Amino acid sequence: MNCIVIDDEAMARAIITKLCGTVQDLDVIEEFDNAIDAIKFLNQRSVDVVYLDIHMPGFTGVDFVQTLKNPPKIVLTTSDTDFAIEAYEYECIVDYLVKPVTQERFEKSFQKVKNAIVQKPKVNGSESQETDLEGDLYINIDRRLIKLKFNEILVIEAKGDYIGVKTEKEEYRVHTTLKKIKEKLPEKLFLQIHRSFIINFTKIIDIEDNSVLIEKNVIPISRSNRPELMRRLNLL
Amino acid sequence: MIEQPNLKYVDDLAGDDVAFRQQFITILKEEFPKERETYIDHVENKRTKETAAIVHKLKHKFNILGMEEAYRLAVTYEKELLEGQITADAKFKMILDTIAGYIKNI
Repeated sequence: MNCIVIDDEAMARAIITKLCGTVQDLDVIEEFDNAIDAIKFLNQRSVDVVYLDIHMPGFTGVDFVQTLKNPPKIVLTTSDTDFAIEAYEYECIVDYLVKPVTQERFEKSFQKVKNAIVQKPKVNGSESQETDLEGDLYINIDRRLIKLKFNEILVIEAKGDYIGVKTEKEEYRVHTTLKKIKEKLPEKLFLQIHRSFIINFTKIIDIEDNSVLIEKNVIPISRSNRPELMRRLNLL
Repeated sequence: MIEQPNLKYVDDLAGDDVAFRQQFITILKEEFPKERETYIDHVENKRTKETAAIVHKLKHKFNILGMEEAYRLAVTYEKELLEGQITADAKFKMILDTIAGYIKNI
């Protein structure tokens, strides 16, 4: 595992670097006395962990966290606890170390980092799929927000300036566009197979040349969307 | 009586690592006098926001040097400076003088 250390004080950087050397499998590949140089570095290469001081002149640690699009795991280092609660609003922030950091506290923190990094692949694995299946969407019908579970939706059809959302029990008419609702749907479950139709991929009964059967609904497949549909099928 | 600085934290961290201990002392001897000067310049010119920033930096050193009372004083002082009040300059300077004297002998 590799890391960088960002702190405007040389003494603080030396201490964190020393602490990094006391745990196994953690290499400090670079130190920075300001956050901007660190951002430039992270644009060139990725790291597993960033040890980041919050209070730095000009561009602070908070600015740093907010700037990164895909931040690595971050451990904050600071002289006081004022930012502690706010810090945990950022998913990338794993821990919050108050200086001076003891070796024991650093080791505990490193364990948290390791756990956080081990958990990361689950996002694309089974846990994520379960979340998708159990997820839901609220649609606005006559000023009422109605909850639809993703796995209850069969087909969504564009009909002029509204869409029809067909579930196993009912069909809802919602004033929105296919494009907008598509953004809210999990890609693993839903697929646009025609410019007017999005289907729940898991509800397919069979596929003929140019159409898909979902319950009793025959949905056309457009030529341009067919390759993606075929790619997603678990073909024998 | 003002509490005295010590290197306990650094010694615990360094263990047998003499090079690290020396690196720490070198940095302390380099950084501290500059930060002390910066503090005096800001406080004498009543730049409270800038004074608060340098107090923030210095309080970290108090902590590392095992000066808990000085650290607590700095925490309060920093907050008051951010509100535009210079309340504990005399006490703060005494702490800085104590550290300056200690550094000369390590």
